[in-house]
Amino acid sequence: MGILRYIAVRTALIIPTVLILYTLVFIVLRILPGDPVLAVLGTKNIPPEQLEQIRHNLGLDKPYIVQYFEYLWNVLHGDFGTSMIISGRSITVDLLERLPATIELAVAGMLVSLLIGVSTGFFAAVKRDTKLDTGLRVFGSVTYTLFIPWLGLMFQLVFAVWLGWLPASGRIDPDIGLVTVTGFYVLDALITGNVVALRSALSHMILPALTLGLVLSGPYTRLVRSNLIKALESNYVFAYRARGVRERRILLHAFRNALIPVVTYAGLQFALLLGGAVLTESTFDWPGIGTYLVEKVSYRDYPAIQAVVIVFAFFVGVISLVVDLIYALLDPRIRY
Amino acid sequence: MAEALGKTLAGLLSRISIPRISARGKALVYTGLAIVLAVVFMAIAAPLLTPYDPTRRAGPGYQPPSWEHPFGTNNLGHDMWSRTVYGARTILIVVGLAIAISMAIGVPLGLVSGYYGGKLDRALSMVMDSIYAFPSLVLAITLAVVLGPSLFNAAIAIAVVYVPTYFRMVRGQVLSIKEELFIEVARALGIPTREIIFKHILPHLLPTIMVVFSLSAADAVLTEAALSYMGLSVQPPTPDWGYDLYKGKGFVLSGYWWLIFFPGLMITLLATGFALIGEGLGEQFRRE
Repeated sequence: MGILRYIAVRTALIIPTVLILYTLVFIVLRILPGDPVLAVLGTKNIPPEQLEQIRHNLGLDKPYIVQYFEYLWNVLHGDFGTSMIISGRSITVDLLERLPATIELAVAGMLVSLLIGVSTGFFAAVKRDTKLDTGLRVFGSVTYTLFIPWLGLMFQLVFAVWLGWLPASGRIDPDIGLVTVTGFYVLDALITGNVVALRSALSHMILPALTLGLVLSGPYTRLVRSNLIKALESNYVFAYRARGVRERRILLHAFRNALIPVVTYAGLQFALLLGGAVLTESTFDWPGIGTYLVEKVSYRDYPAIQAVVIVFAFFVGVISLVVDLIYALLDPRIRY
Repeated sequence: MAEALGKTLAGLLSRISIPRISARGKALVYTGLAIVLAVVFMAIAAPLLTPYDPTRRAGPGYQPPSWEHPFGTNNLGHDMWSRTVYGARTILIVVGLAIAISMAIGVPLGLVSGYYGGKLDRALSMVMDSIYAFPSLVLAITLAVVLGPSLFNAAIAIAVVYVPTYFRMVRGQVLSIKEELFIEVARALGIPTREIIFKHILPHLLPTIMVVFSLSAADAVLTEAALSYMGLSVQPPTPDWGYDLYKGKGFVLSGYWWLIFFPGLMITLLATGFALIGEGLGEQFRRE
């Protein structure tokens, strides 16, 4: 049976995880004390009949169990309902509009963090127990505790306001006529051959990606460092040396082996990446799902918040699945 | 009551093996401790350190740092030094409360779940793993929205996020400790299960709990700051670093750096302090 069976079982296992999170979100947002309708409307004096009407429109007057399955059914069909603030506005449409921005930022942030983390980890391991190593290790542990909005705002101050090198916020200059095809601006600019738009999109991306990437890079530094050190002490490296293989080739070989756990870790870190993206987006007014969430939070727009949480849960589930599958493909020992 | 508690605590403490920490570990722990204690001192001695009420106008607005106002003043003419010092109180209270709650729930649940195993254990683990896998910040935001913005609610929202951290760590350790000979002996001697769990297993966990405590405190500082950055923690005019930073965001383009630099620096410093302690203590586990 082997690999196919593994893929099937592992894919099926994603269902309980997402379902548990869905249930938790449902309990938290609908059953726990705290009336969403009142939270939105504030303590204004609204006649009870009108409150009832609003609840009825939102389906909040039905029994919980009915609400639970109705909402689940809708979510499974990609329907997250409508916003409570702007009536009739489809949340699914809103999310789909903003999703590319978030993915673009997350991918850029992840690339930056890998670039910084892997290179610092590499040098720390090669220059083991030197001042450089100590410095890089401190760097690795301090970056994690940088508060994202602070780092982002300081970057804005230095590189946008004082030096004027880069734009402070946003995703692209608004007056550039970029024809959107996929919603991924960098990709769109490439497809349409719009060099000005590409420049603008990339220059807007540098500071947010650097902020997110720097904060998430620390764990990679450590991981690569300790793995590379372990690899350099292993028997096969010893054997290579005995055979007179050149140091550079040995290093390359050990380095490749040290990178394997990084794949798993990148997957595990995905939840952190999403959380970080929320803060990065709101710091740079990046029009993604994170900014959407923060915006909806300030209005207490329950259905929208609920939708974002479920979408994130789904992402986390899918990514962990993908990571496991990649791993199973790489390592033939992993089977059910 | 107090005496009994004291005895229990003394009993527990006497059972902790003193961690052997490397020189590097020690340096990390001391640096971290120095930072955290400095912030705690700021919080306690706030009235002595600040000449102004942090919630009242203390001078003209938008003043850059000067002798009069070392951290400048904000748009309302509040003295930013006073707000920074008093802000230490807010964040320490929220984080302290949050961690206390999540430990009080996560540790006992982990002990019981790990020791007894069975269906309850499987169900609990599944729920905890799901929460753990989820982006903690988003979860905290959701809870804080539902509960409504306040100091206490922010603490609860943060607490929920870190329960799985304690649960998973404790459960994992119990699983391995309960197989050891001395626990088998204790069981054979007929010592009540409760006593085995709390008197014979728990003390072995304390060093690990200390590490997890420091690391989760570091994380909780960042989470509290994020909640307050979104207006989901203490409400203004109470000084709070995250909120002050959020207010400072509006003045980036004007170049009023002191409204951004100081509150954010404090958040990062405090988080770093806790993280360094945790990492230093953790050295010992990695060495062994």
